[in-house]
Amino acid sequence: MSEVKKIATRESYGNALVELGKEHEDLVVLDADLAAATKTGIFKKAFPDRHIDCGIAECNMMGIAAGIATTGKVPFASTFAMFAAGRAFEQVRNSIGYPHLNVKIGATHAGISVGEDGATHQCNEDIALMRTIPGMVVINPSDDVEARAAVKAAYEYEGPVYLRFGRLAVPVINDRPEYKFEIGKGVVLREGKDVTIIATGLCVSETLAAADLLAKDGIDAKVVNIHTIKPLDEELVVASAKETGKVVTVEEHSIIGGLGSAVCDVLAEQCPTKVMRIGINDVFGESGPAVQLVKKYGLDSESIYNRVKDFVK
Amino acid sequence: MNTLELKKMANEVRQGIVTAVHSAKSGHPGGSLSAADMFTYLYFKELNIDPKNPNKEDRDRFVLSKGHTAPGYYSALAHRGFFPVEDLKTLRHVGSYLQGHPDKKHIPGVDMSSGSLGQGISAAVGMALSAKLSNDAYRVYTLLGDGEIQEGQVWEAAMFAGHRKLDNLCVIVDNNGLQIDGNIDDVCSPYPIDEKFKAFNFHVINVDAHDFDALEKAFDEARATKGQPTAIIAKSVKGKGVSFMENQASWHGTAPNDEQYAIAMEELKKAGEALCQK
Repeated sequence: MSEVKKIATRESYGNALVELGKEHEDLVVLDADLAAATKTGIFKKAFPDRHIDCGIAECNMMGIAAGIATTGKVPFASTFAMFAAGRAFEQVRNSIGYPHLNVKIGATHAGISVGEDGATHQCNEDIALMRTIPGMVVINPSDDVEARAAVKAAYEYEGPVYLRFGRLAVPVINDRPEYKFEIGKGVVLREGKDVTIIATGLCVSETLAAADLLAKDGIDAKVVNIHTIKPLDEELVVASAKETGKVVTVEEHSIIGGLGSAVCDVLAEQCPTKVMRIGINDVFGESGPAVQLVKKYGLDSESIYNRVKDFVK
Repeated sequence: MNTLELKKMANEVRQGIVTAVHSAKSGHPGGSLSAADMFTYLYFKELNIDPKNPNKEDRDRFVLSKGHTAPGYYSALAHRGFFPVEDLKTLRHVGSYLQGHPDKKHIPGVDMSSGSLGQGISAAVGMALSAKLSNDAYRVYTLLGDGEIQEGQVWEAAMFAGHRKLDNLCVIVDNNGLQIDGNIDDVCSPYPIDEKFKAFNFHVINVDAHDFDALEKAFDEARATKGQPTAIIAKSVKGKGVSFMENQASWHGTAPNDEQYAIAMEELKKAGEALCQK
């Protein structure tokens, strides 16, 4: 079997910006001294006049992006998730969210898989923070194909969008010709009748592998990829819960306030269902190689398999 | 408008401020009154704007970074014809479009929502940068409070504007010397303000905020300055025009009661009549 192609979604972000930049002169990219890491450096090379390095000043960058958006251009403000959603939260809320400006926030290095830099740089809270801002779209793509499609969709959408990208190279799972990305629409990757596993971001590929393991034990798991956490595909979530009963959520994010919470919000109101949330369990992370951390914090396929098996019993 | 006409208009703007804040039973009269002459100068003399077409593309932009002085801003916009002066009485009322702090979504003539201190200047810098990127000729103005410049984001924005040589940007600091907790140099001194902006490659002009001839010279000089942004440090009197509010930190965010309102309006009307006899 040939090796599965892997690529970090932050790379997809940089590549997608270059592709879009060729077609759209109104697209401008902002960064805060992390162009090499966020991969907007590729855009800078292609379009130096439309790449704005704001220096190490993320709050100011969000305000500049807001000001640019009022003049009709489409800014993509880029930095690590910790600084975009964390440090600049109030700027994103008040300068971008409240006036509902057409700013796209490209937040890279999200989640535990940032790795060796440790807890200060591992943002497991950004989805929770961003989804509380009225009108903010929150997207967490699962692979290269989806990430590039998400960047394009974000450009075409009128309004603020938070795009979440990872540092770790992840397998390409959506490379099929019929793949279609639509903001707010979940994707059923596998049908099943015993349990629905709803996953997002890099956990989608791990969840698919876990479903294969479950199948060997005779457990038939439905797998749903939720790339847009807000607005959530409520219809699909409720229909799946009705179909399979038990629901599991899997995310590289705190179990508080992220995908798990969003799914629980909907199910509690519309279809009370037993839910198990898999994610970061209200703890800070630690330094280490990304792959080892994914395993340690229980987000790898084997950990997901073990927990779902116990849950379905 | 000549100087006398500007003075008369500023008096009208002040009456609008006092009326709006009294009607709301809350809001910020002190800083609105200290900036009233500047709002008047900007909206009746300096800015290239059209109340009939608030979103015209080549308009000059204004961002009220010290967003709590919305009553002064709204009063100038209303008197300039962006919306009815009568609506000032709906300030901060449920259902009114005149929010406690500027809301660009619903208020004609407002280019940017603001209110969280330190954030407006960054948006103004973004607008000025965007004009440079596409070779547009419009200019961008932003009004900051002197207390506001204690916010670190102001200096992030100033550093960037100086670095990018944004000569289409004019930052105005309303230097009335007072903030909620008292004198700004007792709370956390920002002085010398002019030297700080100079250090970030701004052309700096010190001016009396209540002298229209001096304001004209300052804004002309800012427009003529090439290769660097301008900061106009405008020395003002908090509460200017209402005797019992002048230089009182306590009037930063307090509304006059009915009696105080009557006294304030009487004072302003008399001052207006005196101007008419000139």
